[in-house]
Amino acid sequence: MLTHLPILQVIVPLLAAPLCIFLRRPPLVWLFTLIVSSLAFVISILLLQQVMASGTIVYELGGWDAPWGIEYRIDALNAFLLLIITAISTVVLLAAQTSISKEIPKEKHMLFYTLYLLSLTGMLGIVATGDAFNVFVFLEISSLSAYALIALGKDRRALWASFQYLIMGTIGATFILIGIGLMYQMTGTLNMEDLSTRLPEVAQTRTVFVSFAFVIVGICLKLALFPLHLWLPNAYTYAPSIVTAFFAATATKVAIYLLIRFSFSVFGLSFSFTTLPLQILFMVLGLSGIFVASIAAIYQTNIKTLFAYSSIAQIGYMIVGFSVSTVTGLTATLLHVFNHALMKGALFLALGAVMYRIGSVQLSQFQGLGRQMPLTMAAIVIGGLSLIGVPLTVGFVSKWYLLMALIEQGWWPVAVLIVLGSLLAVVYVWRLVEIAYFKPQLVGKESVKEAPLSFLIPIWILVMANIYFGIDTRLSVQVAQAAAQSLFGVSP
Amino acid sequence: MTPMGAALKGVLMMWMLEIPPFVPFFIGALIAIFTRGALRGAIMLATPILSGLHLWGMPEGIHLQFAFLDYQLLPYRVDKLSLIFGYVFHIAALIAIVYSLHVRDTMQQVASMLYAGSGLGAVFAGDLLTLFIFWECLAFTSVFLIWARRTEKSYAAGLRYLITHVLSGVILLVGALFYVAEHDTLKFDYIGLDGIAGWLIFIAFGVKCAFPMAHNWLTDAYPEATVTGTVFLSAFTTKVAVYALARGYPGTELLIYIGAAMTCFPIFFAVIENDLRRVLAYSLINQVGFMVVGIGIGTALALNGAISHAFNDVIFKGLLFMSMGAVLHMTGRINGSDLGGLYKTMPKTTVLCIIGAASISAFPLFSGFVSKSMVMSAALENGHDWIWLMLLFASAGVFHHAGIKIPYFAFFAHDSGIRANDPPNNMVLAMTIAAGLCIAIGIYPSALYSLLPYDTGYNPYDATHVLAQTQLLFFSALAFVWLNLKGKYPPELRSTNLDFDWIYRRAVPNVLQKTFSIIWKVDGALRKGFLVRLDRCLDFIAQKNGGISNLLSRTYPAGSMVMWVAVILAAYLFLSFIR
Repeated sequence: MLTHLPILQVIVPLLAAPLCIFLRRPPLVWLFTLIVSSLAFVISILLLQQVMASGTIVYELGGWDAPWGIEYRIDALNAFLLLIITAISTVVLLAAQTSISKEIPKEKHMLFYTLYLLSLTGMLGIVATGDAFNVFVFLEISSLSAYALIALGKDRRALWASFQYLIMGTIGATFILIGIGLMYQMTGTLNMEDLSTRLPEVAQTRTVFVSFAFVIVGICLKLALFPLHLWLPNAYTYAPSIVTAFFAATATKVAIYLLIRFSFSVFGLSFSFTTLPLQILFMVLGLSGIFVASIAAIYQTNIKTLFAYSSIAQIGYMIVGFSVSTVTGLTATLLHVFNHALMKGALFLALGAVMYRIGSVQLSQFQGLGRQMPLTMAAIVIGGLSLIGVPLTVGFVSKWYLLMALIEQGWWPVAVLIVLGSLLAVVYVWRLVEIAYFKPQLVGKESVKEAPLSFLIPIWILVMANIYFGIDTRLSVQVAQAAAQSLFGVSP
Repeated sequence: MTPMGAALKGVLMMWMLEIPPFVPFFIGALIAIFTRGALRGAIMLATPILSGLHLWGMPEGIHLQFAFLDYQLLPYRVDKLSLIFGYVFHIAALIAIVYSLHVRDTMQQVASMLYAGSGLGAVFAGDLLTLFIFWECLAFTSVFLIWARRTEKSYAAGLRYLITHVLSGVILLVGALFYVAEHDTLKFDYIGLDGIAGWLIFIAFGVKCAFPMAHNWLTDAYPEATVTGTVFLSAFTTKVAVYALARGYPGTELLIYIGAAMTCFPIFFAVIENDLRRVLAYSLINQVGFMVVGIGIGTALALNGAISHAFNDVIFKGLLFMSMGAVLHMTGRINGSDLGGLYKTMPKTTVLCIIGAASISAFPLFSGFVSKSMVMSAALENGHDWIWLMLLFASAGVFHHAGIKIPYFAFFAHDSGIRANDPPNNMVLAMTIAAGLCIAIGIYPSALYSLLPYDTGYNPYDATHVLAQTQLLFFSALAFVWLNLKGKYPPELRSTNLDFDWIYRRAVPNVLQKTFSIIWKVDGALRKGFLVRLDRCLDFIAQKNGGISNLLSRTYPAGSMVMWVAVILAAYLFLSFIR
């Protein structure tokens, strides 16, 4: 059983997805989905334990040897990501039934859960597999289900947002496929491990350059790196609240994983950072992303859009960490992947609760909510503090590592810019706080009550995690460091 | 110490664990949220008393350690320097809580407890990160004491105050970060001005310490706070900064000049200011200036002087703010031009205010005298003659605006016809405690001296000191009387006096606005011209080929996204090919 964990991680939600259709009754389907997701979560914990104890796990599908058959490889990085995805998925699902009861027509509930599980499968598959073409397959599974999930949104603009995302996502996936195809043409293999040994032999060819460029651009599109971020705000704004919470906390993280996997493992560090001036390129794009998106966030009146823009800014921080290309820098990126999942999960779930109670997340509707929904608003404030990077929250830990990485390299102007970027976060969080706590409640909204427990429990699990991992950093830092070190080939 | 005292100390240590003093205050604040009325008052009173007793039994040393990331955090370091600030903060908190016992406002009461706790947390912080956390806590808790006035003006002033302090905290954090990079430790000890870390932290401390040109938050926000809020505010924020400077930058010469400037420039503003609480805010900067000079000189005597002056200032400045608060509370007015003649109906407040005024003016036998003279002697001993003269001028100025102007315009001068009674008993009691301390320290300074970090055997009551100070006071009193009789003293007028903040609140925005409006105009004209030409071009092309114009008009957002993809891909390919 234990030896089959890597495949179980992916296959359980995959097989469970169609079963949802047969269960039909929404509460039942919800419970079933929740159990499946929890199961995946348990598997990911076991995997992480195994990896940390005894190193990389290799699993050959159907018993075929590696270069011919498909191989699943789980090292510290994969296990870390698997843990994040399954944990967030499970916590978010706790609130799902309550939330979608107001946002999605009842007859579509089972479809929602089917799609949700498929999307989860896709993300887990991307992370678990050690085969480049398999990545594309799972990417399509997760993307196609994501388009449908977003289109389920109550607002009719959801369709349009989903359509845009579909176009962009498809282009991204196609680019990745083209890149993989070119790699295959040059090396005759699709296995990542195999690719990494064979690519250096043909590294100085145009074809490999082109393949690298296509893969990187495709991934950048998926992770919404500035200026390829235009699809994200609308998709997050109009999707159902649960979907936004799930995707904001996981989807872009998977793309970050791909970026790291392809540039560090497949193409190799020296190739990736010499072919393209990736360091300066990502530094500039990351920083512009931080500033452009943060400033855009300040001017939003829809809070979901506001935090969607803030997500783009946070991706900027991850990319800046990546661009430093040192162990500390990569540790900072991975930490921020983990931490950002916690904060955005909490924030978007809390917004889901607000949506559930008042049916809107327009800034003006937040007037007086500080008194009417104190626990939900407190969660948003703590999540916001974490976004800013206040000590005792997770946001501080990853910013700290990022700044250390930058100062280590002597790039202190960049460090100053990062701190300034955090101040922008103060502004957009403050706008919300000011309205919620300092304005009297709206006329006709006197009866608004605190969110139900089914919301409060998952929200506060995430908020507590925000604080807990901000103080006890052992788990996150250890795993992130181990992952970063193994990518750089340093023995821990 | 007597055997009795030692035994008591031993017992205290037995049942008290190593609890940092901010913890009782935070717990007290938490309980205060859930209690009402008299019970809440009792809890708030008990907190500083119990916590103070606990602190009294605390031996020196580092009592708590945490590992965070790769560093040691020391949230509870006890040595002589932090202890004396710890004591005075407890006293100040107790007095201010007594003073505000009549208040029934959850926001204000809870904020004041949290604020006092944050101040204590900051002075016992043994590392820069803990210091930073309490630094920001100070800002976020104290701002509620300003907002608690619940006026538009106080909201705006509070927001400006908050921004300044949060910014100071961020600078501190960045400084700490550089400090770690340079020294590989977060421990908060002597820092010094070498390296970027030293400067950044210095600026952060300086903002909170109200260095010249960074002082406007103080005179802007303190007079806007509530009656009781200002009493709390005057005790903690600037003193934490003084503590931090004394810890990190003793003997930094630059501080002497900054401090001397701080003692002198507020005098001019204080003399013409009408709002009596703002007068006190200016004199607060002036007093902090004396401490900063002491820290800058950095000898044992000077540091002792700075620290003991901080100790005394907390009490006598608190007393003055309390007496002016009492006037505001009873009459609803605080402008010198509206007040006068109150001594008839507020005799107790008048007497207590005069005691505070005598202390701040450093009359012999009052507390200000025993500490201020130390800084002045140190300046003279170390050959800073000019600085000594500036301090002398500042002393005369203090006597003028805080010692005479405050009591004179509030309680005497022309009779305003207001017949307000003395304030509620708790306010009188709080002022009496403070006044008692002022006199006690003035008469028996060795009790205070024994708490100081250094043993210098200094005696303030020798003939030179007493004579020089008495002469100074006598002649400045004479000057005031003469000016007043001749009618040349700046009259109390309702006016807005412009301070340095005018530069960045009015002048700079105005200039920027003007510049930008010109730039917009030019830019608009240019763009218009360009657009007309572009349109013509497009029309021309459109005639040739409708398809191209369609492409350029970019009405489809998805299209523009794809364009970006193409641009980025092309750029990547280009960059990889030119290598």
